[in-house]
Amino acid sequence: MSYRFRVALKAAVWVAALWPLGTLVRGFFTDDLGANPIDTVTRTLGLTALVLLLSSLGMTPLRIVFGWSWPIQFRRLLGLLAFFYVVLHFGVWIVLDHFFDWPRMWQDVLKRPFITVGMLALILLVPLAATSTTGMIKRMGGANWRLLHKLAYVIGTLGVLHFLWLSKKGRTTAYYYAIVLAVLLGVRGWDWVRKRWRASVEATRRPTAAREA
Amino acid sequence: MLVKRDAERKLRGEDISPREITDHAIYLNRRAFMTGIASLALAPWGGKAQAQGNLQPLQATKNTAYQLPDALTSYKSVTTYNNFYEFGTDKGDPAAHASSLKTRPWTVQVDGLCAKPKTFDIDELLKFPLEERVYRLRCVEAWSMVIPWIGFPLSALLKRVEPTGQAKYVEFTTLVNPEMFPGQKRGFFGFSLDWPYTEGLRLDEAMHPLTLMTVGLYGQVLPNQNGAPLRVVVPWKYGFKSGKSIVRIRLTQDEPKTAWNKAAPSEYGFYSNVNPEVSHPRWSQANERRIGELRRRETLMFNGYGDQVASLYAGMDLKRYY
Repeated sequence: MSYRFRVALKAAVWVAALWPLGTLVRGFFTDDLGANPIDTVTRTLGLTALVLLLSSLGMTPLRIVFGWSWPIQFRRLLGLLAFFYVVLHFGVWIVLDHFFDWPRMWQDVLKRPFITVGMLALILLVPLAATSTTGMIKRMGGANWRLLHKLAYVIGTLGVLHFLWLSKKGRTTAYYYAIVLAVLLGVRGWDWVRKRWRASVEATRRPTAAREA
Repeated sequence: MLVKRDAERKLRGEDISPREITDHAIYLNRRAFMTGIASLALAPWGGKAQAQGNLQPLQATKNTAYQLPDALTSYKSVTTYNNFYEFGTDKGDPAAHASSLKTRPWTVQVDGLCAKPKTFDIDELLKFPLEERVYRLRCVEAWSMVIPWIGFPLSALLKRVEPTGQAKYVEFTTLVNPEMFPGQKRGFFGFSLDWPYTEGLRLDEAMHPLTLMTVGLYGQVLPNQNGAPLRVVVPWKYGFKSGKSIVRIRLTQDEPKTAWNKAAPSEYGFYSNVNPEVSHPRWSQANERRIGELRRRETLMFNGYGDQVASLYAGMDLKRYY
């Protein structure tokens, strides 16, 4: 992939990812956020975070299915942008939605499963964001770093659960996200099984071959 | 702090001087004009959401017993932020799709356990003495509005058909017509509410003077997205208890099956009285966001109508009968 194409693609990712935030800022100034602006803002930030999270989880499956290795370089950017939106989403919840009503928010974290899993996803994202630099990968060692960053699967699942559990009956948008997540994790699962199977085939073949020789 | 206060003022509309606020009548005229233009242009992605339907002025006497110190929620919010699953599950769907509802001809069948069952034409119902009342509306989703409704007490209608002594409950049925209500078509995942949308009240709740058969708001005929041509308004209960676009009112002996209760019994009880102490399983009902305000406000028991309705539930465990 040419350098120019890569730069253009990176720019496109930045623009696409910041677009929803831009519409919110514009909506704030043009008074175009609907009758319940705080709800609009919370939803938009949360939904964008989830889209970015699932996108970052989509890079590896692209390699597995199509053999493309270039999308991997966007994984970190997408993950960090997702973290950025999750933090904004959380910030709006604290400041605009509940205005620092800590006892009530804490109660919600304990009592409302959708808030509990959302909170958990946010907490788990912090170490991933903190160890996202190349320096940290080196310091931790590739194997440890990869193990830690497998948390992304858990976070993606928690994010989708958060959406499923907060949705009122009859609202089906969250189901589509669940399907996408299932496909993305399913491809990895299939790849893992396939690799193990191949390895076991090779392992059984080798001694036989040796005997024949 | 300053930014916050400014934003709050902006949300309340306090930054707008009274001179800049368009008189409602002029607004309606402009709106009618714009609707004309819009129907000519008909952009495929639709225009701005707005009130739909037969929006003529409606004569009504202001009932001074039912006014509130609270500021009214803007007409725009009242007509563009709705839960009316017959039009779709999004808050914007009712305003976007409401033009497909035809409110004439329209009849309301009132029957069941009564001496004089009768099918009323909507225009006959509009001859009941109409009054304007300002009520709080509290949605089960923890937001609220303040709306000037126009209507007449449901008790006046029920007395006309003379309920028998066996009648203990009243069931309200909403129109089923997927052509007019696109939300009644089956979706990809097959789920929607179990149509028709039915709601119910105990007879004493239905006969309570607060319970309003509603045909208008903000001085005009009810917009389609708000439940035209005729809906119930029960201000001390969560909004979904107030059935919209009613075609049948039936007096029964047994507690009627209600739409949301069938869909999610643990979340939506038959009574569904506004109660800050009984939370919805997934969120607290202790406070609410008044549409147009920045900070949440505390939710009032029975939505602030406790002095009028608490006696209906004397001795009842409201945690059990949620």
